[in-house]
Amino acid sequence: MSTYDRSMALTGQPPVTLSRNQKLATLVGMFGLAIVLLAAFNVTFPSKALWLSIALASILGGTIWFSSDAYLHKQPGIKNDGVWFKSISSQGFWGWIAGIALTGFYIILYFYPEYLGLVSGGDNKGVIGLFDPLSKALSGNPASQWFVYGTLYTIAILAFGIKFLWKYRHNQYERIRTFSVMFFQTAFAFIIPELMARLNGSSLLNGGSLPYYDLKNMWPLNYYNFEGYRIKGFLSSGDIGFAMLIFGVATIFIISPILTYRFGKRWYCSWVCGCGGLAETAGDPFRQLSDKSMKAWRIERWVVHSVVVFVTLMTTAVIYSYLGTDTSKYWLTKSTFLIGVAVLLTLVFGWVMLFKRKQLQKDAQYGAIGYFVVIMALIGMHFLSGDGNVFLFKSETLRKSYSFLIGSIFSGVIGTGFYPIFGNRVWCRFGCPMAAILGFQQRLFSRFRITTNGGQCISCGNCSTYCEMGIDVRAYAQKGENIVRSSCVGCGICSAVCPRGVLKLENGPLKGRIDSNQVLLGNDVDLMQLVNKK
Amino acid sequence: MEHIVIIGNGIAGVTAARHIRKHSDKRIIIISAETDHFFSRTALMYVYMGHMKFEHIKPYEDWFWQKNGIELVRGYVTEVDTENKKLLVDNTKSFHYDKLVIATGSKSNKFGWPGQDLHGVQGLYSKQDLDLLEVNAPNKEKCKRAVIVGGGLIGIELAEMLRSRDIPVTFLVRESSFWNGVLPEGESQMINEHIGEHHIDLRLGTNLKEIVSDGNNRVKAVIIQETGEELPCDFVGLTAGVSPNVDFLKDSGIELGRGVKVNRFLETNIKDVYAIGDCAEQREAIGNRRPIEAVWYTGRMMGETVAQTICGNRIEYKPGHWFNSAKFFDIEYQTYGWVFGARGKKEHEEQFHWRHDTEKICITVAFHGENKLFLGINTFGIRMRHEIFDRWLTEERDVDYVMEHLVDANFDPEFYKQYEVGIVSKYNSDFGKSITAKKKNSKRIFQLN
Repeated sequence: MSTYDRSMALTGQPPVTLSRNQKLATLVGMFGLAIVLLAAFNVTFPSKALWLSIALASILGGTIWFSSDAYLHKQPGIKNDGVWFKSISSQGFWGWIAGIALTGFYIILYFYPEYLGLVSGGDNKGVIGLFDPLSKALSGNPASQWFVYGTLYTIAILAFGIKFLWKYRHNQYERIRTFSVMFFQTAFAFIIPELMARLNGSSLLNGGSLPYYDLKNMWPLNYYNFEGYRIKGFLSSGDIGFAMLIFGVATIFIISPILTYRFGKRWYCSWVCGCGGLAETAGDPFRQLSDKSMKAWRIERWVVHSVVVFVTLMTTAVIYSYLGTDTSKYWLTKSTFLIGVAVLLTLVFGWVMLFKRKQLQKDAQYGAIGYFVVIMALIGMHFLSGDGNVFLFKSETLRKSYSFLIGSIFSGVIGTGFYPIFGNRVWCRFGCPMAAILGFQQRLFSRFRITTNGGQCISCGNCSTYCEMGIDVRAYAQKGENIVRSSCVGCGICSAVCPRGVLKLENGPLKGRIDSNQVLLGNDVDLMQLVNKK
Repeated sequence: MEHIVIIGNGIAGVTAARHIRKHSDKRIIIISAETDHFFSRTALMYVYMGHMKFEHIKPYEDWFWQKNGIELVRGYVTEVDTENKKLLVDNTKSFHYDKLVIATGSKSNKFGWPGQDLHGVQGLYSKQDLDLLEVNAPNKEKCKRAVIVGGGLIGIELAEMLRSRDIPVTFLVRESSFWNGVLPEGESQMINEHIGEHHIDLRLGTNLKEIVSDGNNRVKAVIIQETGEELPCDFVGLTAGVSPNVDFLKDSGIELGRGVKVNRFLETNIKDVYAIGDCAEQREAIGNRRPIEAVWYTGRMMGETVAQTICGNRIEYKPGHWFNSAKFFDIEYQTYGWVFGARGKKEHEEQFHWRHDTEKICITVAFHGENKLFLGINTFGIRMRHEIFDRWLTEERDVDYVMEHLVDANFDPEFYKQYEVGIVSKYNSDFGKSITAKKKNSKRIFQLN
């Protein structure tokens, strides 16, 4: 006797079938996509503004109609029925098709924008041409592939955000968090930078022009923020430009540590961040696909921390390469900068080793190795580098490889393209250096934890299954331990899907936060002492 | 090296094995006829509902057992020879033990209804039952109507499972209101309503008379005792409770009642043989507890306790304050301490009940009518902090104190609406008190003083 094999099904067998309304809604959405696709094949639409509006409205409307039919006539509550029977959400046939399609889109977007109709020095054609009217309305400039991407990205977060709001309409934490990501994407990532572009060349900026800046996007996620051309842009744009440069530095060194201390890294990763925003909304049907094995965790730690080392070195090298050597011209020179970086890293490393060594246990060794590598590299930079060179490469080479490997391939092609295969947080978990740095703070220096409710856990596994970051939440909960993991983005879904009310995300006192003692209540106290004896 | 053999790989047996391994390097063998690896029984429903795959409900990865030196044997224990300390598995393989732990769990009750062994009739307890359910009720085309007999926790879970595949369900409940042998009236009533919201044909005060065969040994209908009505159906779920799975021990010399009789040390009448979990029956009930406790948590506690005893530190099974939880469709239920339904209610027990005007949220607080001692709380749709109620029960707080500090115990996710003010004002008007609800205080919650 074996469970029915459902893996051969394309759209999932009953009970999971689409209702008539859902089929119609799919048709509407597909119609919108078809317009965009036709544009890609250079079909010229008579009135671009009208057809673009129709296309975007259909995509948005189709998704919203589909969701309302899927959730609104049901009781509020957890809606995971049939998730593993649908081929789209269980790595089945449609999951692979979606993965391949998305991956293909990202490859074209990053590497072959001319196929989308990008024309430099002339009128755009194709899809990008279709988006020209909207771009001109916002920033006054013709569209680029990034404008098209940004628009679709925002539409996705809004449409699937509404879906998420309905799916979790009983859960106030999820709802407020989703309003937040929808707001930050629309305002900060999409509209404000476009409008700011209108200021370029104006007297407000002393005639300078600001680089495109999504203010909530901080280094090192925004790994290019301190590149030469951007610094020039900031410094050319008067007080506003200077303020934005200072803000860029402050976000990572002052604002984010304070907020992470108070709320955990969730304030960023699942409330503000655009990558997180897409993962939490459009990516939500794929959260259960993340790998929870011990092996995946081991790989995760190596990969993500290597990216941190990589981005630190790359950024240092890039800034180093455009700084001068003459102190009389500008106080910040190549050598003072390197010394500054080394001192900062040493302070952080020293503090951790002195006060938090115990919590790191074995990882302390790896941390020490990483620190050592970076410091040696910095020394090497000083002695072995010439003008524009870092070691034997040009700093430009280092920057380009980072941008290609991490910025494009990892965060875009794999990170989002593979949503239906590896889950929706592959980038955040394995690749994002920002998440790693915030996670480091969260693990060692934050009030945030997921509290386990005494002995109520029944080891059912819903929490682990629906953890998009691949944390084996159950492993802690069933022992009565709090969950304090650097990778946790605080999405709150583990707590939502728990059938026994075991998990609660909360900010509390540092004392007793990481409690490795098992406090399974319900048992005699003497026995608990014996059980905890190691 | 001592050989420890554990029969049964459920939560009790596996917890015992893990703790024996923590404290010793004895050889540990777990024998199970059900599955190769430990899984969470309470999560079987989610596999049928498509929330998880079977592999997700295994709490440990498959390499765990070998790494921790716990040997797993798949097979059915057919004979226990306590004189020679030997077990026979599948009538062929023989195992020697120095200490034996019986943790074989339960089986579904069948009360001799005519037709109870027809095809399409089953209980819901084991992995095999889950597989069988996939055959009996794969979708609403093959199973046009299901009838569930027995209104307890498994019955309502089975109803939820079948509804997740849009299968029409008729739910026969013997009691006048759902689970009112355990739940106070107001709560039971609220669950009745919620069952209706999920489009289930709930028949209260209704008994099964017989299950009708279609002539090919397959269920065709059920007949209801009270009305004689014949309900056509393709599936019958028998969920009228469970009882210890101990039939294989009949000739072993191990003393049996309904389950394996054990003393407070979880020892049976035979030296070096222990019983834990659902299959163990206390000679005398502990406090308000039943002699047989078929609950996940008690299985786990007994596993921890027996591991101490086996590793040379003989201790009694002394469970702390009672707690439990469940989920009725979308409504979460938690209980701490003792709150009884009408049937089990003690003379001195008084109850305070509050229910939300529109939402499916309610609580019941039980206290001693004379000395006002807080006895326990049931909550529906509000999560409560286990640690706090455990502390209040240990400190023997009175009910006024509990009402005053109720907000400290709230465990709902952040930004949820809080109901404590309304609850306390109803308490005040019900009992002529003038208590003001305190503000939430993390110093009190985390005991920082």
